[in-house]
Amino acid sequence: MSEAAHNFESLLREALTPVEPPADLAERLESTLTSITELAAEELEAWELSTMRDPRNWARPAAAIVAGSAAGAALVVLRARRRAAARPSGPLGLTLPHLDRAAAERTLRDLSRETRKLLGDR
Amino acid sequence: MTETHLKKSKAQLDGEFSELYRAHLRDVYSYAYYRVGDHHDAEDLTEQTFLQAYRHFERAQQESNGRPLRPWLIRIAHNLAANLYRDRSRKPASPIDENSNLTALHTTEQLVEGRDELSRVLAGVQQLPDDRREALIMRFALGMDNREIARAMDRTDGATKVLIHRAIKQLEELVGDPRKDGRDE
Repeated sequence: MSEAAHNFESLLREALTPVEPPADLAERLESTLTSITELAAEELEAWELSTMRDPRNWARPAAAIVAGSAAGAALVVLRARRRAAARPSGPLGLTLPHLDRAAAERTLRDLSRETRKLLGDR
Repeated sequence: MTETHLKKSKAQLDGEFSELYRAHLRDVYSYAYYRVGDHHDAEDLTEQTFLQAYRHFERAQQESNGRPLRPWLIRIAHNLAANLYRDRSRKPASPIDENSNLTALHTTEQLVEGRDELSRVLAGVQQLPDDRREALIMRFALGMDNREIARAMDRTDGATKVLIHRAIKQLEELVGDPRKDGRDE
């Protein structure tokens, strides 16, 4: 590789520097994943995740449940997290406060109810 | 017995997914950011990518035959981003965010040193065809090798090598001749 090419690739590497995700994204996502991993398969179905098999259906449930753009769903996650006592470890072993099973189930029911409400109007 | 076995398997899967998540959150977010061009959409895309990945994780593991799953994650992000643009019936006006946001990624020191060439490079990246732009993002922002990029883009290793070579050449031309950069006009 010529020196010029090497220099250009170095410049390109510097320009396309990796981007650190915002801390609140990691927190939100870890909380959601922790909740989901607590769910039994039947509960997942009840949560209507099956609608997400088709990527074209992703936008609505994902937005309602996770992204925070749907305030209701985000709030029930936060409420559930406040209710949940910190546990030494969760299914994902994540460092955030973990939801215990009961809290996860409450979260599921709350999310399912809130999601139906949020999606029902569309 | 069966139930215990299933629970153990689920715990193992969850643990392995956790490792995947921790190892590649930044990769997925970086890809999403350079792909969609703003932080808000990048966050949504990252979340959707990991949730979809979790849903299909077991099957992906089985089909990967022990190969790294990063290309699979990036492919999910790629597909979701494509759907995002299709649903919006448009491509982003600026595939990579406005320069003001991008330059914020770099240190003030670099900017003081007159590294506006970084902005020119990024502007050039925006002008590349989608496949070339994505290949460069994977190579330089994520540090993926040709084989990983080939898997993520569903191409052969050879085709990927050619793609990256041509992308760099085209970018060099764009950056080297500002008149070809529409943003500078």
